[in-house]
Amino acid sequence: MTRRFTLIGAAALALLPAGAFAQANELVLYCTVGEEWCRAQSEAFTRETGIKVLMTRKSSGETFAQIKAEAAQPRGDVWWGGTGDPHLQAAQEGLTEEYRSPMLTELQPWAVAQAETSGYRTVGIYAGALGYGYNSTRVTENPPSCWKDLLDPRFKDEIQVANPNSSGTAYTMLATLVQLMGEDEAFAYLKALHANVSQYTKSGSAPIRAAATGETTIGIVFMHDAVAQAVEGAPIVTVAPCEGTGYEVGSMSLIKGGPNPEAARIWYDWALTAKAQEIGATAKSFQVPSNVNAATPPEAPKLADIKLIDYDFAKYGSSEVRTALLARWDAEIGALPK
Amino acid sequence: MIRSADGRIGVVWSGLLLAAVLVLPWFKGGALGASALAEGLGGRAWLLPLVAVALAFGALFLLLRDWRIHPAGAALVGAGLVWLILQGFGIGLRGPALPAITALFPAAGAGQPGFGWGAWVAGIALIGALAEVLAARGFCRGERFGALAVVAIVTLLTLFVFFPILKLMSSAFVAPDGTLSAAPFLARITAPDLWSIRCLNGAGRCGVVINSVVLGVLSAGIATALGLALALLVARTDFRMKRLLRAISILPIITPPFVVGVAIIVLFGRTGLVTVEVADWFGMRPTRWVYGLPGILIAQVLAFAPVTFLVILSGLEAINPTLEEASATLGARPVATFRTVTWPLLRPALAAAFLLAFIESLSDFGNPIVLGGSYDVLSTKIFFAVVGAQYDLGQAATLSVLLLALTVAAFWVQTRWLGRASYVTVTGKSDAGLVAPVPPIIRWAAVAAVLPFVAVTVAVYAIVLIGGVVKDIARLEMTPTFGHLWTAFSFEINGRGLQLFGSAWDSMITTLWVSALSAPLTMGVGILTAWLIARQDFAGKRTFEFGTLLSFAIPGTVVGVSYIAAFNVPPIDITGTLWILVICFVFRNMAVGMRAGVAALAQIDRSMEEASQTMGAGGGRVLRDVVLPLIRPAIFTALVYAFVTAMTAVSAVVFLVSARHNMATAYIMGRVENGEYALAIAYSTVLMLVMVACVALMNLAVGRARLGRRTAVTGAA
Repeated sequence: MTRRFTLIGAAALALLPAGAFAQANELVLYCTVGEEWCRAQSEAFTRETGIKVLMTRKSSGETFAQIKAEAAQPRGDVWWGGTGDPHLQAAQEGLTEEYRSPMLTELQPWAVAQAETSGYRTVGIYAGALGYGYNSTRVTENPPSCWKDLLDPRFKDEIQVANPNSSGTAYTMLATLVQLMGEDEAFAYLKALHANVSQYTKSGSAPIRAAATGETTIGIVFMHDAVAQAVEGAPIVTVAPCEGTGYEVGSMSLIKGGPNPEAARIWYDWALTAKAQEIGATAKSFQVPSNVNAATPPEAPKLADIKLIDYDFAKYGSSEVRTALLARWDAEIGALPK
Repeated sequence: MIRSADGRIGVVWSGLLLAAVLVLPWFKGGALGASALAEGLGGRAWLLPLVAVALAFGALFLLLRDWRIHPAGAALVGAGLVWLILQGFGIGLRGPALPAITALFPAAGAGQPGFGWGAWVAGIALIGALAEVLAARGFCRGERFGALAVVAIVTLLTLFVFFPILKLMSSAFVAPDGTLSAAPFLARITAPDLWSIRCLNGAGRCGVVINSVVLGVLSAGIATALGLALALLVARTDFRMKRLLRAISILPIITPPFVVGVAIIVLFGRTGLVTVEVADWFGMRPTRWVYGLPGILIAQVLAFAPVTFLVILSGLEAINPTLEEASATLGARPVATFRTVTWPLLRPALAAAFLLAFIESLSDFGNPIVLGGSYDVLSTKIFFAVVGAQYDLGQAATLSVLLLALTVAAFWVQTRWLGRASYVTVTGKSDAGLVAPVPPIIRWAAVAAVLPFVAVTVAVYAIVLIGGVVKDIARLEMTPTFGHLWTAFSFEINGRGLQLFGSAWDSMITTLWVSALSAPLTMGVGILTAWLIARQDFAGKRTFEFGTLLSFAIPGTVVGVSYIAAFNVPPIDITGTLWILVICFVFRNMAVGMRAGVAALAQIDRSMEEASQTMGAGGGRVLRDVVLPLIRPAIFTALVYAFVTAMTAVSAVVFLVSARHNMATAYIMGRVENGEYALAIAYSTVLMLVMVACVALMNLAVGRARLGRRTAVTGAA
């Protein structure tokens, strides 16, 4: 009897490290675009290659923190999607792997520039401009069209934007305003805007979802996220701010020392093909793809029609500038009473 | 003669130990043959002493029949265990803990990975041998099975309860640059964003500690009041909805987190059904009033009132009615009887209910994260310190220590408030009195309190019921659809066989695995502990009992953070595996199985076990053949509780899930955060159905107690 119990106990305990053995033909994907797109993309990859995708969707700031925390023993293979700045910071801190994909020749110049800036540790997969969307059933007259319109007192507690600590979208807004207005003026603007912000969400696209259901009036997001809600039938009007606005180069990186490096490269090359980049539109994601042969979805906001600033990705994606801006945001905006 | 038979168990332990050091991969992820011997000869010389211990132990067993008594046996086992621990903690993944170690073992500079199969099996073998050595020296009155059980459970508790908590507390003293000092802890613990009370005069935000305590007191207070009203209605009136009330009290137990919060947003959010309706009546603009304290309060009261109801109900039913009858006979009016007799006797039950709700509220994570808006509480703050963009384990550890301190303080206040007064009313004397109906005024107050509760509960579960199968309940698009279920659980049978494409499959399968593995383990550990406490005498029994209860009292958030702090580095490197989830549940829930087991054992006379023992059965055999069949109900309770908790718990789990092993609750949380309410609701409904089905299966498998009562017609016995 004793023996049986001890054997059962021994067997139970001995199984402890079983999860340590990685299975072949798998890919651990850290996905930082919309959940629906993450799902569609993973599914398409599995269908095409038979490689099982273990996907986690998080915001890009969280994913960056996770990759950094796991640096001693990386558990992810590919970080796919999300704004370029945290990808550049990861490249700078040596968390990601250098890789020159044969697909680079097929990419738009801004996507290749992203790769060059990082020493080929990341690459652009899509682009999208920052803006905001408002709920047209709540704003019927005098619609806002500029950044400064958001300070209007009639929007008190009616605006949502994400927290730049967790969300790449919100960090892009912070960096855009700093480049557009100058740092002190940008923080003065954000302080004034704070009176109108009801909540700083964790996920970058959550504000526009709240605006779509009327939980808030205005959500500051990437324009393609606002367009996606409008396509879904929500009363959302997308605005490209009149003063000019910044944009993101959605990026992809290979995580250094990940458990499945071969599968990771297969994904990397595949994700840069025209066919793989056209999946986004089927999952209601209307970014501009980086492969020149991929069709831009007709709903996508035309970058040519938007007054874009000359966004300095190298500077605002660098560790020092990013950390300093976020620390100042925490001290001057995040700590304000609500 | 008996001794040599007893000594034979040495085959198992010495065999396991030799296999562990000679064959099995010593390090995590190693290949077969990369054993301690191979690694030791290959440069990691600090493993060689363990090989020597294993060989010496094997030789000792072959040469001496009484290795259990011989001093050399004890010395070898002790030296093996001490060295196993020292080398494991002394040399980390990236190098030694102390520079001096490199002087002794040059290869230590390169570090070593975490324990693999070999190290685990070696540990088990040494623990088993240690139990034999102790039993031979009279521990547990020489009862070998008892000694093994005590040593094994103490080891497990040390490893998975005490060690993580100690590690957590030490992380609270680590500065962001990795140095150890008290300054960062003091700076963190006195930070104004913890203690600020500026919200009281309207000049700013309150600190998270203040927020947590305010929420806990309000939530526990309202839930206790509501629980009292419910209990009075059910036990002391002829109220018609008694059955409905009892049914409602089961629901929160099987409701996954977040889903109630989502339903509350659908009802009371700015565009919620109720908010818009009410705003129309009064001609106001709908507001976001529900985000923040009010929303969390509603959700928590809905979840906790049924629990407080059950606690107070059992207290109410235990009051001897003769006391109230005596009061009435002496001429007291019903209100006076209630105030001077019933109410004081209810105090322990009220205190227990309040405490339970307060602690639940402190560790609640799902509701604040959905409904909190910018109302921060400790549990969410801890979460964001770990998984947020500013990864800061020191901050999370400090906040966890605070949360633990608050919990302990709540226990302390409860004991103080109850004092030393006697609440015994059920004695050997007659209790044949009639239950006093509650005074009308209290009855009407109770009805007035309960009706809104029932209405909101019914509304919430109606939303849950239909939300998963209509297009978008948040926008009131009520076209029926199975689209959400299909998104979650789509599959396809094609050339590659069955392929599961639905995004929820991974988390569903992991959740079922974790629940199915942890439920029997939790039950086993819990019942075994109960048996040790109720039936065995051994040194340190009180400390042992306290340790088992501690694991239950620690809030889930704290457990999660402490597991990350303790288990994401060698030697015990198990984060990101399925096992860390299973282990987490086993040690969080074992106290419930233990309590149920102790209660059941108290009702069973020892004489049957003694008879069995007199006839020559060992401790293990008595447990299997006599005790276990008699306490089936306790086993069933422990199994069901462990299973259901593993499927619905979230506070510890959110820290321990990984891309490979995601849990249902963590998946639902992601969907809620992203605004995909319908998908979250659909998944929750499926989860609840699965739970009900599994509990029914367990009922079939374990069943109720079949005590040898006679039935009318039976065949030959």
